[in-house]
Amino acid sequence: MPAANIEVSETPLVLYALRRADDALILGHRLSEWCGHAPMMEEDMALSNIALDLIGQARELYTYAAKAEGKDNDEDKLAYLRDVRQYRNLLLVEQPNGDFAQTLVRQFFYSAFADLYWRAMMTSRDATLAAIAAKSEKESAYHLRHASEWIIRLGDGTDESHRRAQAAVDHLWAFTGEMFAVDDGERALIHAGIAIDPGTLRGRWLTTLSDVVGEATLTLPQNDWMQQGGRAGRHSEHLGHLLSELQSMQRTFPGQTW
Amino acid sequence: MYTQALNTAEADDRSLEDAGRAAQFQARIDAEERIEPNDWMPAAYRKTLTRQISQHAHSEIVGMLPEGNWITRAPSLRRKAALLAKVQDECGHGLYLYAAAETLGTSREELVDAMLAGKAKYSSIFNYPTLTWADIGTIGWLVDGAAIMNQIPLCRCSYGPYARAMIRVCKEESFHQRQGYEIMLTLCRGSDEQKAMAQDALDRWWWPVLMMFGPPDATSQHSDTSTKWKIKRFSNDELRQKFVDATVPQAQYLGLTIPDPGMIQDAEGHWRYSEIDWTEFKQVLAGNGPCNRDRMAARRKSHDEGAWVREAAAVYAAKRQARQTAQAAE
Repeated sequence: MPAANIEVSETPLVLYALRRADDALILGHRLSEWCGHAPMMEEDMALSNIALDLIGQARELYTYAAKAEGKDNDEDKLAYLRDVRQYRNLLLVEQPNGDFAQTLVRQFFYSAFADLYWRAMMTSRDATLAAIAAKSEKESAYHLRHASEWIIRLGDGTDESHRRAQAAVDHLWAFTGEMFAVDDGERALIHAGIAIDPGTLRGRWLTTLSDVVGEATLTLPQNDWMQQGGRAGRHSEHLGHLLSELQSMQRTFPGQTW
Repeated sequence: MYTQALNTAEADDRSLEDAGRAAQFQARIDAEERIEPNDWMPAAYRKTLTRQISQHAHSEIVGMLPEGNWITRAPSLRRKAALLAKVQDECGHGLYLYAAAETLGTSREELVDAMLAGKAKYSSIFNYPTLTWADIGTIGWLVDGAAIMNQIPLCRCSYGPYARAMIRVCKEESFHQRQGYEIMLTLCRGSDEQKAMAQDALDRWWWPVLMMFGPPDATSQHSDTSTKWKIKRFSNDELRQKFVDATVPQAQYLGLTIPDPGMIQDAEGHWRYSEIDWTEFKQVLAGNGPCNRDRMAARRKSHDEGAWVREAAAVYAAKRQARQTAQAAE
């Protein structure tokens, strides 16, 4: 069997699940890159834990996407045999780890959103998505607490940590708008009560951010130009490299069981 | 750290190490009593244990690197999650062991600094590279298998905190060992390519794993006092033989060949292995293994690049404390 890309019939529901699965996998993968290299052992443990939660969420969402698609795809085919243009994750989560501040600000922006998002999704009319949301919400609440504490420590720590944290906030800010965007397919799911409208969460998300960033003595950028494209497979240059590593075994030894 | 809470000053006072106390101490050991942090102990016992526990902790932390090398490339999501959880466990063992070592009066920072300065050892096995996915299976099966052989007796070690730490560590290691064996089993039931990958990994890891048990009994330096103090309960060669006897049937079940053409089974059923190349062991120990420099460089890089984070956390904690004190005074 060749290691060619699989085809996915992206119905709105399949695409919906894939997008969230890709968010979770790519961010989990990024965090797993820290394992063994973190600034302290406690963070090796914590970042690995968060990565494990996210990879777990990704597996459930891929499995559900495969089921919704109803062909012979599965979690591993969806993760390992789609190329960069087929990945649907947010640009935010594929951004490189950078320094510890950049990793934690990325996590903070995402977790502050995911916490609200999954809590709201617990009311989904789709029982599987509601169940995934209930589990993910518990995890995201913890991830948000961990990231918030670090943002405050770094922002209100030393001059150097403050500078690095502010630089990370400024750098990653333009990738946050995409979290709240919705396309037509997803709008139909929102109307059907299967998905929720992320746009309705932006106010509360900003409040969380302002509270934490304020306590951290940092400031949020004023510019509102936002990068977009991840949801449609138009990624940064970083994702291709991540995928070439993530997928190397499946691409080199196609069709085998591991 | 929290070491100041312990009565180490008393123990450091050599004049108190009178013969009576030493005899009493040995009597407790002989009666299989556990020695606890605040108990009197000979300075040499403290030193031996600090060295052994911290080396063990360093090994867990450095051991994250060869396996961590495959987290981002694990061949399925299930394997990725399992490997990440496993490497995270190793980190937990490291933390747990540093905490046990701290009860003897040396802080984690000091112990880690000694390792980063190249003054403390870690297990030589981690100076070998993980080249293929089969290495991850082999490390679980053989490296963790050998570690368990060494560590099960340590659950009865005379020093309480170490013995208790080992109980938990052994439980997790035994899970890792089964996980590694399951990776090997999957490879050996797979394609010819996968089976060759498994055999190649066994070929590369077999001899270094046998060396994990340390030099032959005839040349081992620490065994006598460690045995008297019930830190060590079996000799290097005894444990090595136990391991080989347990492992050969496992390799046979996998359909893999142990890379030792001279190996024979004796009349008592023991698998007698050929002579180990101790020159290689000494070279790796002396810093000339394939990955010694890479491992140390990676640990130092993380430590150096993380310095500003640790500093920020400390400064913030101090600021917060000062604010709380000021608030309380108002």
